[in-house]
Amino acid sequence: MLDESFYREQIIDLYENPLNHGELDPNDFSYEEDNPLCGDVIRIDVRLDDEQRVAEVAWSGDGCAISQASASLLTEEIKGMTLAEIKAFDKDKLLELIGVPLSMARVKCALLSLKVLKSGAYGIPDKGVMRDEG
Amino acid sequence: MLDTAKIRADFPILATEAYPGVPLIYLDNAASSQKPTAVIEAMDSYYRNHHANVHRGIHRLSEVATNQYEGAREKVARFINAPDSSQVIWLRNATEGFNLVAYTWGRANIQAGDEILLTEMEHHANLVPWQMLAEEKGAILRFIPFKEDSTLDLSDLPNLLTEKTKLFSFTAMSNVFGTVNPTKELVKAGHAVGAVVMVDAAQSVPHMPVDVQDLDCDFLAFSGHKMLGPTGIGVLYGKRELLESMPPFMAGGDMIRRVGLEKSTWNDLPWKFEAGTPSIVEAIGLGAAIDYLTELGMDNIHAYEQFITNYALEALSEVPGLTIYGPPAAQKGGVAAFTIKGVHPHDIAELVDKDGIAIRAGHHCAMPLHKKLGIAATARASFYVHTTTDEVDKLVESLNRVRRIFRL
Ligand SMILES: Cc1ncc(COP(=O)(O)O)c(C=O)c1O
Repeated sequence: MLDESFYREQIIDLYENPLNHGELDPNDFSYEEDNPLCGDVIRIDVRLDDEQRVAEVAWSGDGCAISQASASLLTEEIKGMTLAEIKAFDKDKLLELIGVPLSMARVKCALLSLKVLKSGAYGIPDKGVMRDEG
Repeated sequence: MLDTAKIRADFPILATEAYPGVPLIYLDNAASSQKPTAVIEAMDSYYRNHHANVHRGIHRLSEVATNQYEGAREKVARFINAPDSSQVIWLRNATEGFNLVAYTWGRANIQAGDEILLTEMEHHANLVPWQMLAEEKGAILRFIPFKEDSTLDLSDLPNLLTEKTKLFSFTAMSNVFGTVNPTKELVKAGHAVGAVVMVDAAQSVPHMPVDVQDLDCDFLAFSGHKMLGPTGIGVLYGKRELLESMPPFMAGGDMIRRVGLEKSTWNDLPWKFEAGTPSIVEAIGLGAAIDYLTELGMDNIHAYEQFITNYALEALSEVPGLTIYGPPAAQKGGVAAFTIKGVHPHDIAELVDKDGIAIRAGHHCAMPLHKKLGIAATARASFYVHTTTDEVDKLVESLNRVRRIFRL
């Protein structure tokens, strides 16, 4: 029996029609990382306004429906946020936005976009921050 | 033909449910196999009745334990037709076999400018240890490419395999494509240029008859857990002269003959390579697995897997948008790696899991292979003696459902 609610319509919708998909060049920061376990890759480009708030954001990459939907939802959510707010963005908030129960392995897929975003925001490949969380 | 109904009754886990009301369909045998009652009971009985440390005690239990443990080694030797059980080294898994050879034989024999020949379809276990050795010694890695049809491209072999090649190591069967490589011919070609030849038998020993004397390989490694045995036990087979010439791998108890404060001398084969208290019950469990496989007959197992693989390839090819990677069934072991256009392999694996079907998704520890195919991952179903056509049909049904969910 398939639990079809798992792939809520929203996830499939976003997989078919992603939000904020593309690249920004020039940008204020850009970061890309892959999940070596599954090969999912996500890149996020951000342009900031004078107040250091997110003016424009775009993501690109390749991966499963969960990682792609997560990138759409995250980039939509952070528009207008300050760098400090991005750095403080809670992973549970993103999981809530995704809204479907995820297995341990899939939590990694779901949080890849946030890891990329934070690494970019910190301006350094901050490998320690998200690792244990998923 | 194997009697799958009877065989299935031997595997307690196959009677369990993945989710309430959803029976388990286990199609991830290439990653690790399930265990028949005979193996579980052999290990249980050993712990209940016979356990003691081996090679140490004067007491009766230690003698019984040592006899069972060494008896399992004899079974392995017979199973792969090793000339002598002293050439069967117990390790934790196949991976440790490559590390042992790289660390001991490799460090003593590989020099700057020497070449190590591998293939593009290797598991990381038969790649990374050689990368580390090459890095340390300034040696050069070379690779036999694979062709569009997922078989090795041997057309350039005379340029790849030369007197510079000191070591040639390759898989007898790819864990992604299922390609069964011409092992005996490749060993011969390696010897013709004076190379030492090592075979990755992690996927071949569990599924087909393997005779190390007929192959004439210098080293061969495999894991117990992929052949109905427990985890924590694997085997390195080696030719006697080579094993004798090599320094030990790990040092400690059991691997020594005489120990002074400054210097020690090594024990005889195979114990020279077995430092410390070994995986005793795991060796005994592997012995029971070998008895079970032998009873079924490796020829019969191979024939059955050919049948079920053929069936699966045909059934899977009916799924629209599905691409199978690997050669035709006749040259292939029991694995089917595939992708479905428009659905990521992760999503495939997660959704068929909801139907109780265990398959693997990812790069299967073969990243360079996937890179060459231009894909990050595949989904993989892999079969064994208990796989039925009904299970394959259920997989196909489930895959069609996945397609509907993704609006394909
Ligand atoms: C072809 C091949 N070689 C080596 C290995 C490594 O086996 P283990 O992880 O048991 O050491 C595997 C297992 O995945 C394999 O499929």
